[in-house]
Amino acid sequence: MAYTEEELKKELETQEYAYGFYTDIEADTLPIGLNEDIVRAISKKKNEPEWMTEWRLEAFRAWEQMEEPDWANVHYEKPDFQSISYYSAPKKKPQYESLDEVDPELLDTFNKLGISIDEQKKLTGVAVDIVMDSVSVATTFKKTLAEKGIIFCSISEAIKEHSELVKKYLGTVVPQKDNFYAALNSAVFSDGSFCYIPKGVRCPMELSTYFRINQAGTGQFERTLVIADESSYVSYLEGCTAPMRDENQLHAAVVELIALDDAEIKYSTVQNWFPGGKDGKGGVFNFVTKRGLCEKNAKISWTQVETGSAVTWKYPSCILKGDNSIGEFYSIAVTNNYQQADTGTKMIHLGNNTRSTIISKGISAGKSQNSYRGLVQVGSRAANARNFSQCDSLLMGNNCGAHTFPYIEAKNKTAQIEHEATTSKIGEDQIFYCNQRGIDTEKAIALIVNGFSKEVLNKLPMEFAVEAQKLLEISLEGSVG
Amino acid sequence: MLKIENLHASIEDKEILKGLGIEVKPGEVHAIMGPNGAGKSTLSSVIAGREEYEVTEGSIEFEGEDINELEADERAHKGIFMSFQYPVEIPGISVTNFIKTAINSNRKAQGLEDMPANEMLKKIKEKAALLDIDMKFLSRSLNEGFSGGEKKRNEIFQMAMLEPKLAILDETDSGLDIDALKIVANGVNKLKSADNAVIVITHYQRLLDYIVPDFVHVLFDGKIVKSGTKELALELEAKGYDWIKQEVTA
Ligand SMILES: Nc1ncnc2c1ncn2[C@@H]1O[C@H](COP(=O)(O)OP(=O)(O)OP(=O)(O)O)[C@@H](O)[C@H]1O
Ligand SMILES: [Mg+2]
Repeated sequence: MAYTEEELKKELETQEYAYGFYTDIEADTLPIGLNEDIVRAISKKKNEPEWMTEWRLEAFRAWEQMEEPDWANVHYEKPDFQSISYYSAPKKKPQYESLDEVDPELLDTFNKLGISIDEQKKLTGVAVDIVMDSVSVATTFKKTLAEKGIIFCSISEAIKEHSELVKKYLGTVVPQKDNFYAALNSAVFSDGSFCYIPKGVRCPMELSTYFRINQAGTGQFERTLVIADESSYVSYLEGCTAPMRDENQLHAAVVELIALDDAEIKYSTVQNWFPGGKDGKGGVFNFVTKRGLCEKNAKISWTQVETGSAVTWKYPSCILKGDNSIGEFYSIAVTNNYQQADTGTKMIHLGNNTRSTIISKGISAGKSQNSYRGLVQVGSRAANARNFSQCDSLLMGNNCGAHTFPYIEAKNKTAQIEHEATTSKIGEDQIFYCNQRGIDTEKAIALIVNGFSKEVLNKLPMEFAVEAQKLLEISLEGSVG
Repeated sequence: MLKIENLHASIEDKEILKGLGIEVKPGEVHAIMGPNGAGKSTLSSVIAGREEYEVTEGSIEFEGEDINELEADERAHKGIFMSFQYPVEIPGISVTNFIKTAINSNRKAQGLEDMPANEMLKKIKEKAALLDIDMKFLSRSLNEGFSGGEKKRNEIFQMAMLEPKLAILDETDSGLDIDALKIVANGVNKLKSADNAVIVITHYQRLLDYIVPDFVHVLFDGKIVKSGTKELALELEAKGYDWIKQEVTA
């Protein structure tokens, strides 16, 4: 085994995607391409009410007029939007009461992913709503939640069953025309999750959804809407993995969070989509719009661990509208081989005494590029806004890059904004030190990376932290030796 | 236990060790002294298997086996430990987590299961007490912000936890205050047995009052140029290295 930078770097590059497989479940797919008829067809397939169809069409018309953005620090061959099929639902669409009834092949898939449902069921307090290729196929713990008045279901179900809530909040944080990908998502989203926590209720369990992409050539357009009513609390977990594919797969999700007065939402993501092969081919394009709105004294925390995707373009943001509201962003982004990540956050301070914290940890290996892009904006009427940002980069080898683009726009003189940034390299001396104590190079790297990421890993709920650590190890080791 | 013959080693094509020989038997304590830049730390790194050093000639045998081709972690698994002259920081990893990982890595190499948590805790408490280490200290990031003396004490703590067959202590005394020196030396002595061996690298006779060596060697310009008993250390302290240089060049 080798310890020089050069050799270390080479070893990192030989890592293969651990979760590369494909599940053969019969699917019902619409013809490729996108036009008004397709949008109508999606809406019809999902038995949506008229207002929803109109809402989608409005988004589609806006999208047609829009240009795909290319200002992020990423380079890729732009997807051909007319060669994608915009809808794919497993043909058998059963409604399960118990997980025992789930298609054994699906269960097998999850076992391969190492997120066996058996295990998940044992983890008391975790309700899993599995989104498999655009349509929810299993929901658990629904009854416990229902007793508290908590709604946790697929967005399609919510559109039908809780249309008042959906109508009131959908698109209020991320409008249909917000950006190119959000508009596309608004027009064609096929599924996703919906969550409502009533006034004063503390959600008794972590709500968790596993997303994955399964059908070759199908873009996935998830839509998530989480509403925490006054003085309520919810912790929401989102995790995903994807089977190996040759073509790039497009993913353009929209997540909207609404925290009403005194409410708190914790939203944690572990993302591990296929990052592309060593040659940079294949892999998921991940263009996500995630945004939360905080009313008075409300708090939203985004925590994310990003290890996958060929191209990631993602800025979970907080609009701190209410006085004394708090926004937090904790992120670990790992890039290897030819992966490109351009992630960060936007903290928009509108209310008085609003506070935001940004902790970003970027880890780059191979020939990858890892960029942090953050905007801290303080409105002219936001008195005493405070922000603290810290962006740390860890480099492995000499062919990768780490970039930090902090943007600050403060229109109020009372704003206090602090920004700190560091860049470090995994040193041969650190690795030798570990080796000398009997720790092999692979484990040494995992240890150093975990230490580097600790502040963010600590923010994850326990169940997720273990999985996240495993992912970090998989995405950087596995290769050595 | 350790037998080195005619060892030549270089780094970046610069020869540092130039035909060095030493033999250490179980139960023995050897001291290596010598001027700055003589190659003492290089010798420890080469024994421990640091990749950057190239062995161009000679042999290193540990318990009768040529270990020259072994990786550093494999040598550690065989029971070679080195206390670093300059211990390295690993931010975000606690002393406890690090030592746990190290112990379990060694056990894995021996085909053993992870050490049960309660056993680990008991051992940590015992060794921390031996070296007068506060438990709070063990939750801190490894070597990050540690004082010079704390770093050295932490090295010996790890040695105590790992119970190596051969421990090389590279200037473990530098940076320690007088009380700490006694504690650390006492710790090392308690860990001594008829089956293990220690090589102490030091500039000062003082340490050798506490860890009494069976042999003292002078390393000069990449070679052991003089060996003797503990009296040699006293002589060096009194006279410095000039007379040795003269002997060598004469
Ligand atoms: N990477 C390197 N490139 C070139 N020369 C090196 C390198 N590393 C060490 N050396 C040289 O090797 C020689 C021996 O260094 P070493 O650290 O072994 O000395 P030492 O005997 O431990 O000294 P000290 O008493 O100061 O600790 C020194 O001249 C040093 O400059
Ligand atoms: Mg030295």
